[in-house]
Parts: sequence; C-alpha cells; structure tokens
Amino acid sequence: MQLIPCPWCGPREEVEFHYGGQAHVSYPADPAALSDEEWARFVFFRDNPRGPFAERWSHTAGCRRWFNAVRDTRSYELHAVYRLDEERPVTT
Amino acid sequence: MSADFRLPSGGRIDRDTRLRFTFNGQSLAGRKGDTLASALLANGLHQVTTSIKYGRPRGIMAAGVEEPNALVQVAEPFSEPMLTATTVELCDGLVADGLVGHGRLDTEPDTARYDAKHAHCDVLVVGAGPAGLAAALTAARAGSRVVLVDDQNEAGGSLLGRDDYLDERSSDAWVCDVIAELAAAPDVLLLDRTTAFGAYQDGFVLALQRRTDDLGFDAPRHVSRHRIWRIRAKQTVIATGAHERPIVFSDNDRPGIMLAGAARTYLHRYGVQVGRRIGVFTTNDSAYHAAIELAEAGMDVPVLIDARHTVPPKLSAECATRGIDVYPGHVVTGTEGQERLTDVHIRSITGGHADTVVCDTLLVSGGWNPAVHLFSQLGGSLRYAPELGAYVPGESLSSARVAGSAAGAIELMACIEQGAEAGRAAVTAAGFRPAAEIPVPFADARADEAAATVLWRVPGSENAEEDTQFVDLQRDVTVSDVTRATGAGLESLEHVKRYTTIGTAHDQGKTSGMLAAAIVAEELGADLADRRPTTFRPPYTSVSFAALGGRDRGELYDPIRVTALHDWHVAHGAEFEDVGQWKRARHYPRQGEDMHAAVLRECRAAREGVALMDGSTLGKIDLQGPDAAELLDMLYTNMMSTLKVGRIRYGVMCGIDGMVIDDGTVIRLADDHFLLTTTTGNAAMVLDWIEEWLQTEWPHLRVFATSVTEHWVTVPLVGPKSRDVLAAVAPDLDVSNDAFGFMTWQDAVLDVADGIPARICRISFSGELAYEINVNAWDGLALWEALINAGEPYGITPYGTETMHVLRAEKGYPIVGQDTDGTVTPQDLGMSWAVSKKKADFIGKRSFSRAENLRPDRKQLVGLVPADPTVLLPEGAHIIESDHLPEPPVRMLGHVTSSYDSAALGRTFALALLRSGRDRIGEKLYAPVDDQLVPVTVTETVLYDKEGARRDG
Ligand SMILES: [Zn+2]
Repeated sequence: MQLIPCPWCGPREEVEFHYGGQAHVSYPADPAALSDEEWARFVFFRDNPRGPFAERWSHTAGCRRWFNAVRDTRSYELHAVYRLDEERPVTT
Repeated sequence: MSADFRLPSGGRIDRDTRLRFTFNGQSLAGRKGDTLASALLANGLHQVTTSIKYGRPRGIMAAGVEEPNALVQVAEPFSEPMLTATTVELCDGLVADGLVGHGRLDTEPDTARYDAKHAHCDVLVVGAGPAGLAAALTAARAGSRVVLVDDQNEAGGSLLGRDDYLDERSSDAWVCDVIAELAAAPDVLLLDRTTAFGAYQDGFVLALQRRTDDLGFDAPRHVSRHRIWRIRAKQTVIATGAHERPIVFSDNDRPGIMLAGAARTYLHRYGVQVGRRIGVFTTNDSAYHAAIELAEAGMDVPVLIDARHTVPPKLSAECATRGIDVYPGHVVTGTEGQERLTDVHIRSITGGHADTVVCDTLLVSGGWNPAVHLFSQLGGSLRYAPELGAYVPGESLSSARVAGSAAGAIELMACIEQGAEAGRAAVTAAGFRPAAEIPVPFADARADEAAATVLWRVPGSENAEEDTQFVDLQRDVTVSDVTRATGAGLESLEHVKRYTTIGTAHDQGKTSGMLAAAIVAEELGADLADRRPTTFRPPYTSVSFAALGGRDRGELYDPIRVTALHDWHVAHGAEFEDVGQWKRARHYPRQGEDMHAAVLRECRAAREGVALMDGSTLGKIDLQGPDAAELLDMLYTNMMSTLKVGRIRYGVMCGIDGMVIDDGTVIRLADDHFLLTTTTGNAAMVLDWIEEWLQTEWPHLRVFATSVTEHWVTVPLVGPKSRDVLAAVAPDLDVSNDAFGFMTWQDAVLDVADGIPARICRISFSGELAYEINVNAWDGLALWEALINAGEPYGITPYGTETMHVLRAEKGYPIVGQDTDGTVTPQDLGMSWAVSKKKADFIGKRSFSRAENLRPDRKQLVGLVPADPTVLLPEGAHIIESDHLPEPPVRMLGHVTSSYDSAALGRTFALALLRSGRDRIGEKLYAPVDDQLVPVTVTETVLYDKEGARRDG
C-alpha cells in the first residue's frame, strides 16, 4: 500500500485518501457564456496521460483537506504534492 | 503399512516428545519438531493422495512451501481445508487426510482469533538463512531498527538441511550466535513461523505469522492463531532462498520421487531416511552431496545418473568409495511402481547403454530457481540466467535488494557475503553508518567442481494419451498439454498458463513454472532470454481469508450505527433494515402480523390518527458563516438566500451534470446559520461535497460545515391528531396553524422530565399535518416516551421506514437513490418548481440546457396503477408498450422504481421512470412480470390528497 504525503499531515497510507480526478480544471467563471460543447468538455472530459499527471486528492480520513499531487500513472510514484493555491511544480 | 525410517540419532527433532497423529485413518507417531511430511516419511509413507485428473498416486516431493503434491485436509486440532504436509507442524492428536485437488471448507464457523499488527523499521530482512542472517546482523550492528522474518520454526534456512561447518564449528553454532546477538539488540524484531507473502510500494510488506499452530490442542484461546504483520520498511533485503527444480521425464510423478535437497533436509533436520535404496538423477553438483550424505547415513545409494558428460571429479571419487555408481551422460527415461517407486529406467544420452535400476526412491535435481517472488511483486524485472536455467533479479531497486540464492548465488560463502553486503547497502541507504565489516565465517562446503547443465525434460511418449511427463503435478498437466497449447497458437506464457492451468494451483507453479516457460520456448524455437516470464503476484503462499479478515469480522466487520431510541425499538418488536451503516426500524409487527399487515395498519394510523417514527438517521449538517447563504445558493437548485430566519425550504442538489444527487430541507436559524438535512444514506457524501466546493473552488467563502447527525434525535409526529399530541407535550407553544405555519420552525421547552429544549419543524413527508421534533440525543428517549403517553388517547402508533415509504409515495415524493439513479434531473422528477430561474448560476444549472437534457423523450417520474388493484408490481419491473411480448429486442419505456399496497387508496400503486412519461398520463402500458403482462395505467405522481388539503390538519 502506497504512502501519500499529505501536505499537512505528512506521509499516510493511501486508504486514508480519496481520489479527486484531474487537477487544475476550474469551475468556469460564467457557465452560461459557454457553448454546449465547451460546457460538456468541462463536465465530462479529462486527460488520461501515461506518465506524470496532476490530480486532486483529499485526505478524507485525516485532516479532510484537499491538495494536488503530480503522480506518474505508470509507476504510481508521487513526484510532488502541493497546496491548491500553489502552481504545479516542475517535476522530472 | 508403516515401518521405522527414523535414524537412531541426528536431526533437530525432540526425540523424547512422541506425538500421536492420524493420517488417512491410520494411527501413527512422530516427534516434536516433525512436519506432517517428515513424520509420514519416518513411518515409511510417501503416498499422500491421488492426483486430481488421473487418480495417480502422489507422494511427498519437497520439504517446504514449494511442495506440489502433498495436499492435506486437517480436521484436528484445527480445521484447515487445504495445506501442504510439508508445512504442517506436527502436534499431538493431529488428524489429517490426503486431498485430491480440492479442499472442503468446514461448515462450522471458525471461532479462532486472528489479528494484525503494524511494524516499522529501517531494514526488513526476509529469510533467516545464511544470507538473511548476515544481512540482519550487519543492519543491526549499525544501530538501525531491523525486522527479520522467517517462515520456519527456527532460523538457519538451508543450513538446517545440510551438515556444513562455519569457522570449523557446526553451522548451527553460528546461527545460534547470530540469533542471540540479534535478540539482544534493542531494536530488532525476530519473527519466526512468519511468511512474507506480499511486497508492495513504499516498503510495505505483508507477512503471516502462525502463532499457535504448533501448540495443537494446547493453543491458548486468547492468543491470536494467525497474525498479519503489516511491515513498513525503509529498505528491504530479500533473502528468500531458492527452490529446487525437478526434471520432467516419463512417470516422474510416482511416490518416492522427490527433490534431492528435500531428502537432505529430511535427513539432517528430521533424522529421517527417505528410503532404503536410492537413485539420484541430477544436472548439477548439489545432488552429489545428497547422494554422499544419504549413503553415509546408511542408505543404499546404488546409482547417480548425471545428465552431464563431464562430472565433478572429486565428488565422483567420493561416490565411488561409497559404492555409488556414477553414470555420466545418462538420463532417467521412465519409472515403474504403483503406490511406490520400484524401478528406474536409465539410458545414455548418446544412445547405447540402457539399464533398469531397482530403487524405492529417486532423488531429482534439475538446478535451482531463485525465489524472486517478492522482488517481482515490487515490479523488479527479471533476467534469464542461462547458466542456472532460471530467472534472477534483472535490475536493482532503490529500496529492495536481493541476496544469496534468491539472487542466484549457489555457494554458501557467496550467500553469506552477499547477505552482508546487502545489509550494508540497505542500512547505508536508510541513513545509517554501517559498523566495521561483519566477519564472514569460513565455510567448509565444497565449491562446485563442474558447471551445471540445464535439462528441462527427457523426451518421452509424444502420444498425449500415454503421456506421463508431468510438468505441473498438482494440476496433472503434461508436456503434451503444453504442446497442445502452443500447437493451438498460444505463444505468451500467460496464455499458456491459463489454457493449461499450469501454475494456478496452491503452489502457484513454484516447481512447474520455469519448466513450463522452458518447454513453451523450446516448442516455439525461442530463446528464454527473449521471453517474458509470468508475473509473480501476492500472495507468495496461501493466506486464509480468516487471517486477512483479522478482527474485522462479525460485529467489527463494519460499524453499526443505531439511534438513541434503538433499544426501545428492539423492546417493542421492531423489524430492522440496514440503511447504509444504520439500523432502522422497518415496521413494528404486532402478534400475528406480517409486514404487509403491519404497514397497512401503521399507514392508516398516520393518515387517520397520529403516528410517530424515529427519523434520527436523517443527515444533519450545521452550516455557519457570513457567506453561508451564498454557498447554499450555489449548492441547491432553489434560491436559499431569500429564506427568512424561522423558515424552512425544501431543496434539491445536483451534480455539475445536472443530475439530482440529494434532497432535503434547509432551516435558517440566523442570518449566518443554517441547518441542512440530507437523506440518511447521503449524509457523508453531502458533507464531502460541500467541503470539496469550499476548498477547491470557493475558498474565499467564509463558511464552516459540521456534521451534527448524531447530536439530535428527530421524531416526525404525523397525522391529523399530531397537533393535539404536540400541544400536550409543549403546553407553552402556540401550535395553531396561524402561529406555527407550514415550513416554519420554533424552539420550545417541552413539558417532559425537567423540561427538554426542542426544535420543532413543521415539515411533512407524508402530506399529513406533521411536526418534526428535534431534541438532544440524550433527551430522545424521554421525548419518545412522552409522545407515546400523550398520544395514547389517539391510538398513537410507531411506524417504520416501510410505512414512511408508502406515505411519501402516495404523495409522489421521490426518494433520491430509489426513484433516481444518477441520470435523473429535477425536471425529470417534475420538480421544475424547485429550480430557480432567478439565480445567475448554481451547480448543475448550465447542464439543464444541454440538448440531451431537453429531449422530450427523457424518462420522467410518473405514477402507475395496475388494472388489478391487488397486483403489486415488483420494483425494477420493465414497462413496455404492447400487450404481448414481441420478439427481442423489446423496446423498454422505463421501469418501476417504487411499488406498494396503499391503505389510503385501497389498492396497489407504483412510481416509475417512464420515457416521455408526463405525455403518457392516461395511457395503458404493460409490465412483464414472470410470464404475464400486467396492464397498468400511467397517472400523475400524486395519488393521494392532490389538493394538499390535509397538510394543515
Ligand atoms: Zn492530511
């Protein structure tokens, strides 16, 4: 079982966390201004890369805080965790 | 028939402790320290069972977890459906039977205790053989926290099955010294009888410890029988040894044919002769030691058949002095015997010489397969080592190292050196400075003299009907089964494995997997170096579900949530249903009533008199902060910011896709303070949903959300007489409709006990005049009993969730999750009235105008009444247009979501999601139920009190 380093609590077992999908997909400022297609892209479309992926996690059984992580979808290795108000860090 | 095959001396057994046991109905005796297998062999018994497909006699082939044949079912002292005789520690009174392939689960519940424990360390060493001991000692001397796990009942690993000397002392002395030093170190945890069966990311290793099995009937009940160790290690040293590989030849499965190393183990560890007259068939030097040692122990070893043309000169000479005829360049081509081997056919590889040797035992060694399982589980890639004929670790991992024969080392000195080096590297990587070099003891073990050859099989009959060249003995898979798979075009080893079932038995192919890989490669004309081995997955050995479940079974399997009134419901005969983790009273049957009768009676009481239920499970979320109203406007489809203090509004929540996810009421307690209710099953989801939006999208909103579900006992008091009952318990409260209107709330002190503070809401989920009385959970029972007393003159009736469902359905109120399924919009439910047109935005709003959500043929919630008022439609029943079942595919118009018998309507009715449902009101449709088509009429959702006349009493 993987250890996930919560930015607030430190490394904890993955069962304490919930996955929240792709990060940096913001709720549109004015949904009414979007075409059906643009709105559908926001609602239904997410990236599914092979390799580093910025995604959201919630430490549901711990501090209950959301945070972002860059995880390699091939190895599951977490390259970085960062707070929601931080930029995606550069990872190798 | 049994005879004494125990040597007069030697072995590590306790000769003074005689243990009685029963195998296949035969009473036998062994010694403390025996395994079931060694005890059987000591009695001269090789055959354990017969094989699963062909019913061929099968015996003990190995001395450890790799055993493919000797499956047993243990009846006493503890029922176990399937174990290998080679891993069962003998205890007094053991009763076991050989098993033909399939175990049988005991029908009695397993009442033993199982548990789990966490351990954290700098260095985990798996295996207490020569390499593992050297690694652990090195890591411990550096001052790191070390966990050493080993699956045997004592440390030593391969040393237990040999007679080597280290630094001119018995290897036993060295093992004892190392273990003593480790045991005295402050941060070393030694776990024997513990099998590391799974290696995962971030240094996580699962191990199974057998804590009391060796104690038999004396096992203390309060000690957990098995324990799962959840070990988290910075660095892991895998020193798991190697499994000897058999060679495939015709009739290679007879009892008496066993691995050469196993025979050494039975000799040195258990003082057992595996036979009287012993042949040896090998491809490498190691079996020479077996031949020599067995001969020295008094067994007759007439022949050693070596597939190599170049044989080790010194070892051959030693054989000669012991009367062992070495046959270079020879192979075994077949055997004879039924319950036991009688003869071995040998032949020169180049042709010419052939002979038959009378033997009751044949030792086989085709080389050694490193136990790379844990390394492979970690994702480590494997490399084919042609000199070994086996896969070895093919890369180095940053937090796991492999040492000793698990890494392909053959010789004892190399194993110890590799172990010490791995320990040094691990402890350094974990941030420690290794102590001065660990002195590696000098082993007297003779170095190999001649290179091993790799021989997978001695070709036998090509006729599948006659083929007895067994590759996987447990699955009865032969060479021709493998060639049939490759002949059918299968190339991937994974596919061949599934096609033939090779390697899928309890042993997961520990002796057969490499052979299968090689034979497939041969058939395909491929080089093993270019082939991908099958993936090793946990568990390395079988682990019982009971052990994995640990304490998390029965009551502790999942939390059970009960309300503060639960004991009252139990005392009054309630039947319960599970709603998520909650136990909810479903109905309160009286003497002789079934659920149907009880529910009709409870419904009638609610519609005609007064009834009450325990609604405490309703999710409750306290929302506070200056921006709470703004948040609620985004969360709910309706406008909540305009709600006045003192009032209540029903609300619907949608996902961003516009589909309903929950509904409930919002109570405004103050400008910046609300109480939300959610459906029982969605309370946690809604709290998470609120938190997610607050944290990820709108962190600028100053709002706190807190779950207060268990703080309150909530009692809906329902029916035309509810006002009278409320007035009786709340004499200070003006309960008139003018003073206490629908969808408002009031705080009051009830005339119950010393005065109970209560928050009373005029909310109705039944259409009747109703109040929802909320009190502190600890006042709940007093409230409930006061209401029962006050309502007695009106025949107050407790009702359960089933009645609640009927009452709400009669009014067409949907239940999220029952009448909706994540594809239903508020508009589909006929709740456009709950969707704000004024708000610029809220979650889900933009999706309502998507073309898909505007289709006129969407499924919409409607009522259904069967033509026959006594017919109850099953929930989930489909609805079709035609009055006969057409040829498939049949066009489904929708399905029944709720269905009940109604006391108020005097008939059955249902709710359904129906394509273009609202346009179909009045239409006659059909529901196929069993072999019949039930005619139904589509109606409005509200079937009772359409005018809403009953709401105010
Ligand atoms: Zn946390």
